[in-house]
Amino acid sequence: MDNQSQKSKRQETLKKNYNRFKQSKIGMTGLIIVIIFGFLALLQPFLFLTGIWDYKTYDPVVGYDAQPYLAEIVECPKEYPTERYEERKDCPGKGEITLISIKPYKPDAKVGDKIERFLQPAPPSSKHILGTDSLGRDIFSQLMEGSQVAFVLGLLSATLSVFISTILGSIAAYFGGFVDAYLMRQSDLLLMLPSLPLLFIISAFTELQVYHLALVLGVLGGFGGSVITIKSQALQVKVKPFVDSARITGGSRMNILFNHILPNVAPLALLFMVFGVTGAIASESVLSFLGLLNIDMSWGLMISVSQADGYINQGLEYWWLVVPAGLAVTLLAGGFYLVGRGLDDVFNPRLRRR
Amino acid sequence: MKKNVIEIENLKTYFDVSKGLFKAGKHVIKAVDDISFEIAQGKSLGLVGQSGCGKTTTARSITMLEEKTDGNIKFFDESQNSMTSIDDLSEEQIKNFRRNVQMIFQDPYEAMNPRWTIKDTILEPLIIHNIGTDKDQEEAVIEILKTVGLTPPENYLNRYPHELSGGQRQRVAIARALIMKPKFVICDEPTSMLDVSIRISIMDLMVSLAKDLNVSYLYITHDLAVARYMCDRIAVMYNGKIVELADTEELLKNPVHPYTKRLISSIPVPDPTYERKVYEITKHDLEDIENLSNNKDELYDIGNKHYVSTHKIKGLI
Amino acid sequence: MKNILEVKNLNMEYRTLEGNVKAIQDVSFHIPLNSSFGLVGESGCGKTSVAMSLLQLQADNAEIISGNIIYDGKDIVSLNEEELRKVRWFGISIVFQGAMNAWNPVIKIGEQIREAIREHYPDNTKKENTETIQDLFKLVGLDSSNIDRYPHELSGGMKQRAVIALALSCKPKLIIADEPTTALDVVIQDQILKEIRKIQNDLGLSLLYISHDIAVIAEMTDYMGVMYAGRIVEKGPTKEIFANPRHSYTKALLESTPSIVGDKVKLNSLDGEPPSLMGEMSTCQFSPRCPSPTKECKNQSLEMGLKEIAKDHYVDNCCIDCG
Repeated sequence: MDNQSQKSKRQETLKKNYNRFKQSKIGMTGLIIVIIFGFLALLQPFLFLTGIWDYKTYDPVVGYDAQPYLAEIVECPKEYPTERYEERKDCPGKGEITLISIKPYKPDAKVGDKIERFLQPAPPSSKHILGTDSLGRDIFSQLMEGSQVAFVLGLLSATLSVFISTILGSIAAYFGGFVDAYLMRQSDLLLMLPSLPLLFIISAFTELQVYHLALVLGVLGGFGGSVITIKSQALQVKVKPFVDSARITGGSRMNILFNHILPNVAPLALLFMVFGVTGAIASESVLSFLGLLNIDMSWGLMISVSQADGYINQGLEYWWLVVPAGLAVTLLAGGFYLVGRGLDDVFNPRLRRR
Repeated sequence: MKKNVIEIENLKTYFDVSKGLFKAGKHVIKAVDDISFEIAQGKSLGLVGQSGCGKTTTARSITMLEEKTDGNIKFFDESQNSMTSIDDLSEEQIKNFRRNVQMIFQDPYEAMNPRWTIKDTILEPLIIHNIGTDKDQEEAVIEILKTVGLTPPENYLNRYPHELSGGQRQRVAIARALIMKPKFVICDEPTSMLDVSIRISIMDLMVSLAKDLNVSYLYITHDLAVARYMCDRIAVMYNGKIVELADTEELLKNPVHPYTKRLISSIPVPDPTYERKVYEITKHDLEDIENLSNNKDELYDIGNKHYVSTHKIKGLI
Repeated sequence: MKNILEVKNLNMEYRTLEGNVKAIQDVSFHIPLNSSFGLVGESGCGKTSVAMSLLQLQADNAEIISGNIIYDGKDIVSLNEEELRKVRWFGISIVFQGAMNAWNPVIKIGEQIREAIREHYPDNTKKENTETIQDLFKLVGLDSSNIDRYPHELSGGMKQRAVIALALSCKPKLIIADEPTTALDVVIQDQILKEIRKIQNDLGLSLLYISHDIAVIAEMTDYMGVMYAGRIVEKGPTKEIFANPRHSYTKALLESTPSIVGDKVKLNSLDGEPPSLMGEMSTCQFSPRCPSPTKECKNQSLEMGLKEIAKDHYVDNCCIDCG
């Protein structure tokens, strides 16, 4: 009876909170976005495991699929316009390739020859719904892989950060005095440091993989600004009569800290965690865009690759190399933020509508 | 010879709110400024005064939530069969003190951890002091729930504070305070946030429990009518000092200090035909009181266990 | 005698996620000119909702379902916002619960009152307004030096007096006071209550006094209504109700108030709590807690409504013969 009614009580509270959350359009929008990306993250291994996709074609890192086509070898004239080309940028046109670029590979090529080329990057088709990149890899598969990375990184670093900052904030609030002062100054110091340049420097010293990055982000976040906010929340709990009551009854400091203060600070910590994911995803995409992350595939890397190959400069002609990845980062990071805003409505009674 | 459960001697609790690194001592708030009283075993004392007079600080000083600045708080120690000052208590004795001195707070909702069930809240004292086995503890909780009128107890064990009404929450607070059968319970305005019709049931419960368990109360309130209902003796506090101390009916029939008279006459009476005349304090009255005694540090005894303070009080006129 | 306010069969509901809360059910009362009416009841009985709906200040999710509120002969339920603003402050003004905390902390008190006056009398000169404010402060017993002070420089009692000055600033005919002295000390409360009575006499105002404290109602009001679970269960002249309470709830209220005069008596209390105001409310909502219910009390078909049992003394139909 004990456990059952306890469970049902928790379910009731959960249900009530969920209903409140449902009321917030912002929160629901965010939740839907997060769920979609979560689905995407899980979809990829599902597709591989059930054999719908085969690794050779669809693997995001080493897959390869490109349509062959015949390209005509041409030589670009020095002056424009000519009868074949209007402007300099029209040469080489679609299905054409310049003699100069082929010569190193096929010394005996001549202008007018037809040569087999492979279309990579390929625009979206029925086989590859978001097309392929310059290495013939399926973009959609890469997107899903990037989703996995984003979730893992985001949740890991946010959880670690929240864990640390909650404990530190509660300790600072409860013990006060020197401990409090020290933790606050430490937090100030970390707040001062610009996080991205710091990450650049760290990446110069050690090789950053996803888990390392999660650790670094978690620790930086944990010792940083959120400690102050959690501390203020913990301070509010500390002066509540039930804490006095526990002290009068004879509870030890540790006892009160773990049984009373921490559980009541938890909702706020949860909120921070959600916002932390946003920051983590954004940081990761910047770092991998700049090539500072040792990672096989992520959204930032997708954009980085297309930038390195010069496709971004082509304007929107090769949009599928840039837009999906960029949109994904924005949407998922934003989605988590919206969920956080929706949760804020749930946990902060003053913001609640009836 | 009636034993005292607690004796307060010249209690002072000052708060230093001076700003600046070198200005300590310049601005001091004398929240509790030299008060003395005692409470006999099984009797209750009402501490009556307006907000800011120092009654809550007194309670917090006695329970060691605030550090007192000076004075003696003596508590009856059974093992030594004498009154021991709390300054002299050993670790073991402090634990004993904590078992025997409890507090019930004004806001019954804020006085419970909102994430704990009722059972957790009532069990906490037993767990902290490691009393009884798990089974004993569960039985004790059920017993005390029945005693405070929350029946059937099984219905309340797994509820959360926000699911209960104000009256029910306060009963839980009483259950928690009394589960270790303490000797002394401080009640800080426990009924002021409850509906009028429920107050009486809570007060009656506390009175009957006091008789059954031989508990003494220090009942803090701003409402003299409530103090009359609950307490054997009443102490009137103003600005950190006790201005008058007497048995309840004696105080109400023969108030001596001008402030007490003023207080009593300011209370609205639930009778539309009653003509209430407010007593205005005059300088003359204050001087008369001051001249009663040369010793300004103690309460002057005018007989019949009725004490009046004779020191100069500012801000009354 | 002319009535400054007549409330007829007012019904108001709050729409919440969990259902409709019937906060006010079939409430009717009137306040004659120059008199004071007290509305007494415990938390959740609907008295504050009544105060709010009189000025159409209820929350967004509250809706007046039916009924009339006739102020000075005009029904104000159907007025639009523009017309309502004229009634508010000019005709009816309100002193809220905890109003002393509603002062803007960064603007001087006098300036805030001046804002209110300017809003309603845009053609007044600055000098005229200053004089008005000085007169008001004298009326409520505040030194005029307080006009240029910030709220935090005044004590609770002084702030509350300033609130009363604000409520009087546009010369209303009816003041609604919703628990105006709750957070104040007994001594200050007494002073403020005296002040309110004096102002009422001097200016010929009517007063709607809302409180849970029956002693204050006894001293301050000529007529009173007892509310429970959204309904008025008994109403009439204050002296009459105290002398001959008929409804079981009224009796319970009177019997559960400790007093410092007279002999010390054993008081009776009520078990249980006020009911939820959702769902069907056709029977007497008090019967679960009634100390002496009759078999009629649970009767579903008994029509609820106030019936006159003595001159001006009305009791809810179900309790006409209680006790």
